[in-house]
Order: sequence, then structure tokens, then C-alpha cells
Amino acid sequence: MKIDLLSSLYVFMLAAFIGFEVIKRITPLLHTPLMSLTNALDAIAVVGAILLAGEHKTTFAAILGTIAIVSATSNIVGGFLITDRMLRMFKPSGAKKA
Amino acid sequence: MNGFAGSDLLIEVAYLIATALFIFSLMWMSSPTTARRGVFAGELGMILAIAGTLLHRGIVDYKLIVIALVLGTIIGIPLGKVQMTAVPQRTALSHSFGALCVTLVGTAEFYLPREVPMTRFMMGVLCMEVILGALTITGSLMAAGKLQEWLPQRPITYKGQNFVNLGLLGVAVVVAIVLVIHPERTHLFPVIVGIPLVFGVMMIVPIGGADMPTVISLLNSYAGLSAAAMGFVLNSKLLIVAGSLDGASGFILSVNMSKAMNRSFSNVLFGAFGQEQTAATGTAEAKPVRSATAEEAAAILSAANKVVIVPGYGMAVAQAQHKVRELFDALSKRGVDVKFGIHPVAGRMPGHMNVLLAEADIPYDKLLDMDEINGDFPQTDVALIIGANDVTNPAARNEPSSPIYGMPILDVDKARTVMVIKRGMGAGFAGIENPLYFLDRTLMLFGDAKGFVGNIVRELSGGSGH
Repeated sequence: MKIDLLSSLYVFMLAAFIGFEVIKRITPLLHTPLMSLTNALDAIAVVGAILLAGEHKTTFAAILGTIAIVSATSNIVGGFLITDRMLRMFKPSGAKKA
Repeated sequence: MNGFAGSDLLIEVAYLIATALFIFSLMWMSSPTTARRGVFAGELGMILAIAGTLLHRGIVDYKLIVIALVLGTIIGIPLGKVQMTAVPQRTALSHSFGALCVTLVGTAEFYLPREVPMTRFMMGVLCMEVILGALTITGSLMAAGKLQEWLPQRPITYKGQNFVNLGLLGVAVVVAIVLVIHPERTHLFPVIVGIPLVFGVMMIVPIGGADMPTVISLLNSYAGLSAAAMGFVLNSKLLIVAGSLDGASGFILSVNMSKAMNRSFSNVLFGAFGQEQTAATGTAEAKPVRSATAEEAAAILSAANKVVIVPGYGMAVAQAQHKVRELFDALSKRGVDVKFGIHPVAGRMPGHMNVLLAEADIPYDKLLDMDEINGDFPQTDVALIIGANDVTNPAARNEPSSPIYGMPILDVDKARTVMVIKRGMGAGFAGIENPLYFLDRTLMLFGDAKGFVGNIVRELSGGSGH
């Protein structure tokens, strides 16, 4: 348990560093799609919800887990869809619009 | 680590690959040429992670999972198809959904029967997860409501507001600490869900529409942090990484936005965005301004070599972006170099204006952000301002007494000619008079943005050409 905790802290720290370095490089041009993309990625919390709903340890946990899957999945689906829709609109000067 | 059954190993490997794909996904977002690949990497990672989770041996019942996945997809599809002008409220709503998921999982984890009691550290993290999650649920709903104009856009303030808000949050934190010390007092748990739910509402009440870019970014960051905290509780490295990436992204965007709006970051952190309303007693009518017709504007524009268009949210409200595209096309055809100068807070969320202009088929390499374009203004023949006000106000640069002094602005006043399309002489959103309008080089083009730009386009195409 103690080892798990420490390694989790390492992962958190390293991920935060990577996050800052990677996000800093993203052009302001794409900040809106960036936010909808991170939103979709963040909905990976669905894995925790799936376990709760599937393991069915208590009815309470299963119900909360099920609602949580619904809300996270709507973020995954909606988030990726709209991010891609937005990115398709960004065209360079050369490309002639349809 | 010993005793890894085959499927467990498979699951862990799937999570590992998903984590790498998520990082690639954000790396590829750095440029519009690779960004769509980034979305694909994210989708792939997500599918891998979900498929891996479904292999989990502990899962005894798939019925609920399948129903929930299908239902979530049905809700998600329309959320992916909203209008581009509605993207800010959609984003706020999805922050709320993300936080709802995290808060529900946290609550369920708290009440799960377990052989070994949770460690104090875990309890602390769980409390943080739930507090951040709960305040993000209601805070984001409020933000979405304001952006959708279901709720009044005007900030609602009262005396002692910050005291009440911070007091509420303080109570939640104290209760969380008590829970960490005495985990057996489970009856306290609803308090640390309930109070942040109320706090989320109170936090957004004093915030006006113009401050929304900062608020959305901040709520984005909270949603990410609560997901990372959930990763600690579930001991899921994948979740920790995804949550911290989201948290870092939201954090950077909120710092950017607060800089662009001339607010200190501590001001932002404590949610005290609502500034005092400056008295909007404009005595503007007294001073003379020069105005011009669409015909005159078209003549000046077509004689120019270099034009910078500065769009503000007013342009999007007037739905004028497609007319602006026609203007862009008409001028480009005549060999005029047209670029767009975009202030970080030009839209209702970070980068929103770029999306609106890209939707109108304006090439992205013509969209330059404030730092890139500001050096160009002295060589610019015409700066055309459409629906923007405060972000072009030179008082921010040279009038220490101005409420917006210090705010980074687009240096449009350095262009040879400045044209401002505006309905009338009313002050801007912040109620501050703009000295730009009284400069000798400034021409006021009075009218509705869409109509006026349309008239200029007509003049350009119908006119003799030179």
C-alpha cells in the first residue's frame, strides 16, 4: 500500500511536468479544441465507474457507478466528436474550401 | 506484483498503452496539421482502456454497464453536434458531467464495505476528490446557464460575499479534516458533498459574462484535479496521468486568461472575479468623432496594402463572421494582405474566436494571436475593428487611472488608419470609455456589424475596382 502510494505520487508529479511542457507548446489557435479534447480524455474516469457498476459489491455502488458511466460516456462521445468537428474546420491558406 | 494472472497483465498493458496514447494525443494538438491525429490517438487510447477494463475478472454483471454505455452515447452525440457559438456552454456542461462521474465514484468508494480500512492519506485524497468534484458540478452548471443566457449574465454581488463563500469552503475543509482523523464518522460525509455543491453555485453568482473564459478554464482544471485524486483512490496510474494532464491544461489556460484580463492569479484562484462595477457615465457625446460611410470605408480598404481585422465577441453575436469572410476574400482578391488579430479573451472561452473564424472558412494561418500581431500594427494601413472594444483601448497602456490599465491590448492605434464598426457611442462591456474613438486617425463606422460589413463588400465588388 505504501509503495503504491509513493509510486502514484511519482506518476502524478511526472504527469504534471509533462502536462505543463506539452500544453505550453499548444498554439492559442487551438485552445478551444484542446479543452474539449482534455475533457474527453478526462472522462477516462469511466473505468472506475465501470468497475463499480460491474462488480456490484453493493446496490448503492452499482447505481452510482451506472449513472457515472452515463455521464462519462457522454463526455467521451461528445468530446471527441466536437473536437474533430472543430479541427476539420481549420484549413491552411492553400486549401480551397468545399 | 507477483501473482499477475494473464488477463490482469493484459489489462495493465492496455492501460499503459492508453496512457502513452493520451500523451501523444496532446503532443499532436500543438499544430493544426497534426491535431486530428491527436484526436485519433485519444480515441484509440480510450477504446483500449475501456476494453481492458471490461476484461476485469471482478466484473460479474455486464447488463448495467452496457445500458449505461449506450445511454451515454445517445446523450453524447447531440453534445458533439452543437453550434460553434454554443461550444463554451457545451464545454461547461461537460465539465459538470465529468465532475459528476468523479463525485459519484468517490461517494460509492466511500461507502463500499472493505476489509482493511482506508488509510488516512486515502481518506484525505477521497475528500479532496469529492469536494473538487461537487463544486465543479454545480459551478459548471451555473457557468453553462449563464453562457446559454438561461441565467442573468450580470454579476450578482452582495456585501460580505467573499466571506460567505470562503467560509462555506472552509467548513467543508474542516469537516474533511475531521473525517480524515475519525474515518468512522461516516455521517459527516454528506456534508462534504453538500457544501461544495452549494459553494459551486455561490462561486459563479458574482461572475459576469465577460469573465467566463477564466471561469471555464478554472473549472476545467478542477475537473482534472478531481479525476487525478480519484486515480490515487483507485490506484489507477492511467487516471492519475489523464487527470493531471487535464488539470495542467486548465491551469495554464486560466493563467493565460487571467493575464489577458489583467487579473492577478490569486484573484482568480479565490474565485473573486466579480469586480466592482465601474460607473458607466459616459460623457462621450461631447467629444467629436469622425465617421465614414461604407463607400468611403471600401475605398480606403481597397487602397491599402496591409489590413488587420480585429474581431470581438460582438462580431459573433451579430453572426457577422461569414460576411467578414466575404470581405476577406474580396480584399485578398485585390492583393490586399489581410490578417486577423485575436485577443486571448475575444471569445467566450480560450481560442473560441479562432474556431468561429475557422468555421467561416478563414485560413488558420491568417489568424494571429495578440503577441504575434502587435509588432505588425505600425506597418498596417488599416486596422478594422469589428465588435471589439476594451481589448483595443489604448488607456490600458497609457492611462494609469483607467480601471483596465495594464491589461494587454491589441495596439490598433499604431495603425495608419483605424476603423471601428460599432452600433453607437456606448461604452464597452466594462463600461469604460475608449479614447481610441476620438483619435484623428480613427473613423467610426456606425451600424450593425453584419450589415455594415455586407455593405463594404458590396461596394468592393460593385465598384470600379481601383
